[in-house]
This record gives sequence, C-alpha cells and structure tokens, in this order.
Amino acid sequence: MDREFSLRLYRQMVLIRAFEDQAAEQYGRGRIGGFLHLYIGEEACAVGAINTLRKEDYVVAHYRDHGHALVKGCSTRAVMAELFGKATGVSRGMGGSMHLFCANNRMMGGYAIVGGGIPIGVGLALGIQHQGLDQVAMTFFGDGAVNEGEFHESLNLAALWKLPVVFVCENNLYAMGTPLARSSAVPEIYKRAEAYAMPSQQVDGMDVEAMYRACSEAVERARRGDGPTLVEALTYRYKGHSMADAVSYRTREEERAWHPRDPIARYAQILRERGVAEEELHRIDQGVAAEVEDAVRFAEDSPDPTFEDMVRLTYAA
Amino acid sequence: MPVMTYREAIRQGLRELLRDPAVFLMGEDIGAYGGAFAVTKGLLDEYGEDRIRDTPISEAVIIGAGIGAVMTGVRPIVEIMTINFTLLAFDVIVNHAAKIYAMSGGQIPIPLIMRTVTGSGNQLGAQHSQNIEGHYAMVPGLKVVAPATPADAQGLLLAAYDDRNPVLFAEHFALYNTKGEVSEAPERVPLGKGAVVRRGADLTLISYSRMVNVCLEAAEMLTQRRIDAEVIDLRTLRPVDYDLILDSLNRTHRGIVVEEAAKGTSIGGSIIGELQEIAFHTLDMPIRWIAGEPTPMPYNRQLERMAIPNATVIADAAAQMFISPKRRAAS
Ligand SMILES: Cc1ncc(C[n+]2csc(CCOP(=O)(O)OP(=O)(O)O)c2C)c(N)n1
Ligand SMILES: [Mg+2]
Repeated sequence: MDREFSLRLYRQMVLIRAFEDQAAEQYGRGRIGGFLHLYIGEEACAVGAINTLRKEDYVVAHYRDHGHALVKGCSTRAVMAELFGKATGVSRGMGGSMHLFCANNRMMGGYAIVGGGIPIGVGLALGIQHQGLDQVAMTFFGDGAVNEGEFHESLNLAALWKLPVVFVCENNLYAMGTPLARSSAVPEIYKRAEAYAMPSQQVDGMDVEAMYRACSEAVERARRGDGPTLVEALTYRYKGHSMADAVSYRTREEERAWHPRDPIARYAQILRERGVAEEELHRIDQGVAAEVEDAVRFAEDSPDPTFEDMVRLTYAA
Repeated sequence: MPVMTYREAIRQGLRELLRDPAVFLMGEDIGAYGGAFAVTKGLLDEYGEDRIRDTPISEAVIIGAGIGAVMTGVRPIVEIMTINFTLLAFDVIVNHAAKIYAMSGGQIPIPLIMRTVTGSGNQLGAQHSQNIEGHYAMVPGLKVVAPATPADAQGLLLAAYDDRNPVLFAEHFALYNTKGEVSEAPERVPLGKGAVVRRGADLTLISYSRMVNVCLEAAEMLTQRRIDAEVIDLRTLRPVDYDLILDSLNRTHRGIVVEEAAKGTSIGGSIIGELQEIAFHTLDMPIRWIAGEPTPMPYNRQLERMAIPNATVIADAAAQMFISPKRRAAS
C-alpha cells in the first residue's frame, strides 16, 4: 500500500480515537448530552471501509457514527459542534451524536433505531441503479441489528435486484449487554448472506488494511453491477455501550485480551516496520490533538440553533 | 406503608405476577444486563433463564411470539426497551393483538401485557424522545395504561394481569427514581379509572404520567394567584375515565388538557373532542390544550426544553382563563 495512503489511514484512526476521548471528557463536563456511543477500538472498520469509496458514494451509519462521519469527510469542527448541539454542527444541532448528517459529503445519517439504516442503504443503491449511475452505497450496522426483520428484507431485495450496496456489519460481539452467542442462532453473521446467494466475507476488523482489501472487492463488485456484498468485521468496543453502561456483562480479562490487537498500535508498528520514522507518527498524533482541541473551542464558541430553526425544520419549504 | 421508587414498585409487581408459574418475562437485555432502566435487575438470579428470557433485538417477534404464547395459556409479559421501538412491532400490536379477539368472534382473548418506556427530556434526539402511547390509545381492542406514581404503577400492572385483553403499559423513564407509598399487600388499581390527585374548585388540569407532577407543580404556583386547581391523573388512556373528568368539570367549569407528547399526536385532541360533546353545557370557556411542540424533538438542550410543557407555561395558561374576556383581548 502506498506510503501516503497508509499514513492517511493511520491519521484517521488516530483522529477518531482522539475525538472520542475528547467527546467522553466533554460529556463528563455536561457539554454533550443524551446518549454518547464511543467507537474506540473499532476505528479500523470505518477507516478501512470508507476509504474504498469515492466522495460521491454514500454512507449510512448507526448511532455509533462519529468515526464514519469523520472519515466520510465531515469536518472535525462540525461533528464536535453537533455533539454540543450547536447551530454550526453537521446537523445544525438538531440531530446530536446519534444523528450525524452531512449531505455534501454523502454522509446520509446515523440512525438510532437498530437496523433502521439498512433499508435506507438499499434505497440509496436503488436510486443509483435506477439512474444508471456508477456510485455505491455502504451501510454500517452492529451485530445486534441482524436479528431485525429489516436486515433480512434488505439483503433479499438487494440480492434480488443486484443493487450496488455494501453491507458492513461491525461485529463487536455485544449488543448492549447481550453477547452475540446468546442472540444469534448462527453467530457467524457472514453466513446469513448465503441464504440470499450473496457473496460475503468475515474480516479482521482490527486490521485496517484487511478491511480496506475486503471492502475494495465489495465496492468494485457493486460498481460493476454485480450486486451487493455482506462484510462482517470482527471487532471490539473497548468502552461501554454508551456512557451510561458500567460493562458488568463481560470480564476484564476478555477486554485485556483484545488490547494486543489494538488497530492503532498494531498499524503504527506495521508502519514502523515499513520504515516510517517515529517522529512522523508523533507529528501526526500531535496534529490530530491540535485539530480536536480546535474543534472543541469551535463548538464552545458556536451559537445555539433558535426556536425558529426548530419550527422551520419540521417541513421542507 | 413502605415507601419505594416507581422502579421498585414495578419490580415488586412483576415478582407478585411471577408467583403464577404461567408467567414469564421476555425482552431485550432484561436478564443478564438487568434491563435498560434496571427495572428487572436481579430477577434473572431469582427466577432463572426460563422465566426471565433475554431476546435478540427483534421487536416484531417479541410481541408476535407473546401473542402466540398467550393463546396456549401461558402468560408472557413482554417488554420493548422503549416505546420508540414498539414501532417495529406496530403491525403485530395493531393488526394482530388488538383484533384477534374480535375477529375470532370472541373465541381467543389475548391477555398480553406489553411493558414499555415512554418519555422525552434527556436530549436523546428525535428517534428516542417520542411519547407515542397516544397512538396506541387510538386503537380499539387495546388497553393503554400510563401510571404516574409507584402505587399506581404496581396496582395497574396487577390489574393488567387480571384483564383478558392486550394492555400496552407505558412507564415513564423520568419517573423511575420517584418515590411514593405502596401498600404492603398487593393492591389492584382498576384499569379505566382515573384519579383526582389534587382537589380544587376553580379549574381542572387533566393529564397523565410525568405531566401529572408538572401539573401539581403548576397548581402550587397557581395558589399564589389565588386560583385553586384540581388535578386529574387519567392513569388509563384507553378507555379514558370520562365520568371522572365530567364530574370535575361540573364543579370547576374550566379545564386544560396537558400532555408531554407533541401536540396533535396523542390523546389530548380526542379527549377535548369528546368533552365538547359531553361537557359543553358545563364549560365557561373552551378547554385549553397544552402539549409538546409539534416538531421532531430537537437534540439541542434549550430547544428541547422549549419543546416540552413546563409548570410555568401551564400556570400562565390557567391564569389567562381567569382574566375577563375584555382584558384578555387587550392583553
Ligand atoms: C429497534 C431498536 N431496538 C432496541 C434499541 C435499543 N438499543 C440501542 S443500541 C442496542 C444494541 C445494538 O447493538 P449492535 O447492533 O451490536 O451495535 P453496537 O452498539 O454494538 O455497535 C439496542 C438494543 C434500539 N435503539 N432500536
Ligand atoms: Mg454490537
């Protein structure tokens, strides 16, 4: 993989982690409200997957969506401002952490109804196909979402009509406090695609380049008109489901066992082995830290949306 | 009488129902996780996995399977984590649970308790802040309950179990930590009966769930303006206790319906519609209607506050009703 591109992947993962650490801190200070779902540990999924897309391709995410928005090109400032509920946020302070929308960057939203984003991804692909365009839609969801009817309805329709969509399941082994093995009759999620004769693949979701390779193949397939793919990314969320979760349902040993697989530390090591200098990685880390601090200042200084905004935004004029 | 939280009162009620071996609980994260709002915390250890069943995230089959199971004589109590997610089971609730008894010519009752959690006000955004119990209250064949106090929460839960119909049981998340007296021996609170929770002579505030507390606060504020407000807690939204409301309006001649739901999306409108027919003769003026802003709930904190009724808004509206029409026109 070319050096510049690898460093870009590295920087984005570091950015997401720094962003999430800062979000947790601001949540503790009461500047961010509602639910806050951190993506720490899962960075390689969004970074590897979304970097296979072009700017005009579409992304749909679930409520754990900060990483997807950042990688799809939303500005760090505007994403942080959204978490602060400010008028300068990607969704103008109306959506919040779980609902990051940025139409310019084709970030078509984070959705807080489990499984709800899956059919929307299918619809984006339908619109693309119907107009004869060569774009692709990529829709992200968790392991918990595959037991909703919408998942199955979506896979069937997408396979039947050969729609240009990539389904990315971020399997972090838990849906809130329920382990996958206690919710799914067949815990190998990628196998569910077989029922719809859809290609699928299980990938190490802690390995950004593996994610990139698997999703590249899926995106190419979609773009050349050969239909959808289900990619199952095996990953782990380091923190609780949301800030309110004390994580009593899994052991600290299990958590520790995942840390050697950390997507960022591992990738940094690979880059070093490929000859990237320590200072260069360090420079990236520092640049990211400054970017996130700037985003917090920007969010703090931004105005709130007004009551008139709220009323006006109920219907499109 | 022991004092306990709304959460504990419901948990105690569930324990009481679990004495019936036919009863079991079923829902997302209710067992090992202890429930998203910790209502079922500890029950898995007490009753085991057969009776406290964690389900996949599959709302339609949670309720659909509940319907099928009650047909065989067992009594699952199903839980949907929040009322927003009941929409994924709207079909099974509205098309099936509500209709089977009538469609079968009365052969097959569906005594299914569907517990869920309503409410707004925690900056949870548009998809997690809906008070849509009123949607269900529009559906013939369903009963809908929305308790405001620990005693009512427990008593109505027990009564829902005695009932032979599907009951949507909407708990409010902001009430879980509120405390109140609950009788030692389990006491039923009948479905379909409201309660006067504050006596007053001048005006009737009609509400349910968390907004009852806000109405009580408004009534306190109104004493300073020498207005004596009566507060009615509907407790059951289907069927509504119109006798109780009418009796109150016959004494006060003025009324305000208060609800947390976005205006026009809940039961306020249908209650006012009914009252203009049955209470017109006794009213001094039209019933007023205070409800949430009719917009998708904004995330921003200040806007969310503005979107939900509060005691000041209610008290001001009530006070307006006591200004003479001429002055009202001028002000
Ligand atoms: C339809 C629906 N049911 C339940 C919920 C409550 N809920 C929110 S997240 C979640 C767990 C989802 O887990 P998973 O899909 O694995 O995603 P993860 O949070 O692990 O990324 C649940 C049950 C919801 N938001 N929507
Ligand atoms: Mg998960």
